[in-house]
Amino acid sequence: MKQNRKTSSGLGQLLIPLVALGILIVFNIFRDISFFSIGMRVNNAGNIVLTGNLISIIDSASELAIIAMGMTLVTAACGGQDISVGAVGAIAGAVFVKVLQGMGAITIGSVILAFVLCCLATIVFKLFNGTLVAVFKIQPMIATLILYSCARSIAYWINGDATPQLKSSIISSIGKTIPGIPVPTPIFAVILVGLLLFLIFKFTSLRLYIQSVGINQGAARLNGMNPIMIKLICFILLGVCVSVASLIGVCRLGQLNHKTLLVDIEMDAILAVAIGGNSLGGGRFKLSGSILGAYIIQMLTTTLYAMNVAPVNVKAYKAIVIIIIVVAGSPVVKNKLTALWKRLRPVPVPEGAEKEG
Amino acid sequence: MEDGIVLTMRGISISFPGVKALNNVDFTLRKGEIHALMGENGAGKSTLIKVLTGVYEKDAGSICIEGCPGEAHIHSPQQAQNIGISTVYQEITLCPNLTVAENLFIGRTGGSVVHWKEYEKRATEILENLGIPARAKQELSRCSLAVQQMVAIARAVDMNCKVLILDEPTSSLDDKEVAMLFRLMRDLKARGVGIIFVTHFLEQVYEVSDRITVLRNGELVGEYPVSQLPQVELVAKMMGKSLDDLAELERIGQKSAASEETVYEAEDLSSSECRPFDFSIRRGEVNGFTGLLGSGRSESVRAIFGADQVTGGQIRMNGKSVRISKPHDAIRNGIGYLPENRRRDGIIADLSVRENIILALQVIRGMNHPISRADAEAFADEYIEALQIKTASKETPIRSLSGGNQQKVILARWLLTHPQYLILDEPTRGIDVGTKLEIQKLVLKLAEEGMSITFISSEIEEMLRTCSRLIVMRDRKIVGELTGDDLTQAQVMKTIAGGEQAE
Repeated sequence: MKQNRKTSSGLGQLLIPLVALGILIVFNIFRDISFFSIGMRVNNAGNIVLTGNLISIIDSASELAIIAMGMTLVTAACGGQDISVGAVGAIAGAVFVKVLQGMGAITIGSVILAFVLCCLATIVFKLFNGTLVAVFKIQPMIATLILYSCARSIAYWINGDATPQLKSSIISSIGKTIPGIPVPTPIFAVILVGLLLFLIFKFTSLRLYIQSVGINQGAARLNGMNPIMIKLICFILLGVCVSVASLIGVCRLGQLNHKTLLVDIEMDAILAVAIGGNSLGGGRFKLSGSILGAYIIQMLTTTLYAMNVAPVNVKAYKAIVIIIIVVAGSPVVKNKLTALWKRLRPVPVPEGAEKEG
Repeated sequence: MEDGIVLTMRGISISFPGVKALNNVDFTLRKGEIHALMGENGAGKSTLIKVLTGVYEKDAGSICIEGCPGEAHIHSPQQAQNIGISTVYQEITLCPNLTVAENLFIGRTGGSVVHWKEYEKRATEILENLGIPARAKQELSRCSLAVQQMVAIARAVDMNCKVLILDEPTSSLDDKEVAMLFRLMRDLKARGVGIIFVTHFLEQVYEVSDRITVLRNGELVGEYPVSQLPQVELVAKMMGKSLDDLAELERIGQKSAASEETVYEAEDLSSSECRPFDFSIRRGEVNGFTGLLGSGRSESVRAIFGADQVTGGQIRMNGKSVRISKPHDAIRNGIGYLPENRRRDGIIADLSVRENIILALQVIRGMNHPISRADAEAFADEYIEALQIKTASKETPIRSLSGGNQQKVILARWLLTHPQYLILDEPTRGIDVGTKLEIQKLVLKLAEEGMSITFISSEIEEMLRTCSRLIVMRDRKIVGELTGDDLTQAQVMKTIAGGEQAE
């Protein structure tokens, strides 16, 4: 989280998600302080690993956090969301497993090759979405609805109805932990993807381009930008995010099930973007907000399970909390809160500062 | 409350983050009075109106309105309307696809059964009564803009408004329509309605108003009866400058001679929006495209910049043949373009002033060579200072700046790229006198430094003052080119009208 940058608007956007996270933490402290206990244990493979609710929250939110980052970019540039991320993730997983099986032995080389090919396949599908959105100017939700409904069938054609197992220490190193390192690998994947995007934004002006296109496409074009290109780049980056998330999803279970891999993740990802204070209408964005959103969603789920809420009811309770967060972050409530803040703590405008000197 | 007074605002103050938008402002409106509210962009006119209509909550001060005992507390436009304050904005806020009668009564019919026949009868009465040339059953979108505006006013009046606010009502009307509107305003005045008239057109203020209140920098300058405030003095009061500065406005007519070098040359240039035309401009020259709205003047410069789809033509810059088919090509070749519609095509509303300033330069440098934060801040500081952009800080979103200051930011964006050829389409529209003058002076200064500039404006005086060559357009065709002694208002009018060069 780029807290070193002291833009006042930046913290403003993160205020609601940070408060929500804080309340969740405080709630859990009073409910059961042992919720936060972190321990060490030896897992089935004989490695020492960290355990505890916090680790499990951060670990299992990895796929969501990664996809939420990609979703943030597409949302910012196109003012709409890609709802096919979960389904295309199934294709990514299918391609990964198919290539790996085709090569026989699972080695580091073959895993890398399989991942690269799965990445390319995902990017092709995301470019299909991107073309419909950027070139043909179809509403993102409609454009991505196509793959949302048919991508799992494509995954089925690639791999048949089988749920192939992948048994290898390399696979479990990716999906669980690397021997000797007690922190689950998916957490590193989130950091890696985050770092990749951070570096892209640091060494290019892509962020400015994406925001300009998202806020005012016509003006962006008149300033020499190519909105189509920018949108396609966002879809490509989303494709990379989906591939990584899919890789983690497959390796975590050590098997591929095209029906359940990354299922329903699109809605959670959109939610994470929204909870992070990003406008779903596009424009300014903060990746840190979306990542925070992903962890909030996961923490909420884990808290509910820790309270022994039946799985059937979890979604209902989740919905209640999310309504509260989203309403608290809405412009109407935000303005009221700002007005209240202003009244409680009037900031004196220096007398004469705005007058002619 | 004193007799004859409908509205008093006392000691109104409101501040936004870092800016004191209004400081202790008083305003008084009498019965049957047309009261002009004047000030430059950012002086606080709109803020005052928005406080009155409940869009903003004031920090301090009181508002009293006739018929309302004690202080009026206005928290929403709906509430304002209920106590008799109605606003008609320059953009029509009615429903274009409903009939005039429906627009007059929609939302206030009461009950679930509506007798439209009866309402149509009443609508006809109202229209006749106010002399509005429209029929009750006519679809609103089929009426001219002026009539639509009048219907909006009629609706307000029929709701027994005591205070009618007209915010820039004349900016999209032609002279005949303005006259019609003024007739209606005078009629309402005779019926005792207090009218607050916000406009940029000074002549119009003198034509209809009784009284003028001037604001500057969020503070009250004063309230004057029209007869006691000559036009020059009004301008001086709005700008807070002495009359000497205004004399300069007349003096800047001295244009420097352009060199012989041709910077930009187009042959048979055409786009999806305009017919083929030839055009060239020399180094240090200021020329203008003039013609009525829709004559193709904006479309021509858009073709030069590649903003519309270019369909043909040869282009040479500094003698070398180049291809300009999209804005990016134009920018790379050193052309800048300040678009006619600032809000739609110019600003990136949610981005900061800093980001808006560096945008075009960043595009020239390319996505892989980002301008560092430090450089960007230095550029922003430099141009905020140079163009006197009034903003709380360089990180303020551009949308919270006043129109004139937004325009300066866009201008800064292009100046930062140091273009050889700068196209300014209506750079002074909706901008106050002071900033207008500054922009005109800047244009001449840049030309002197060797920049070629195309300047388009609806105000012919302004173009005559700045341009050394005027290209006159009619029906999307160039119909004349005026230079030297032909640069007079009469000659321009004659050419636009197509008097076939009769001397």
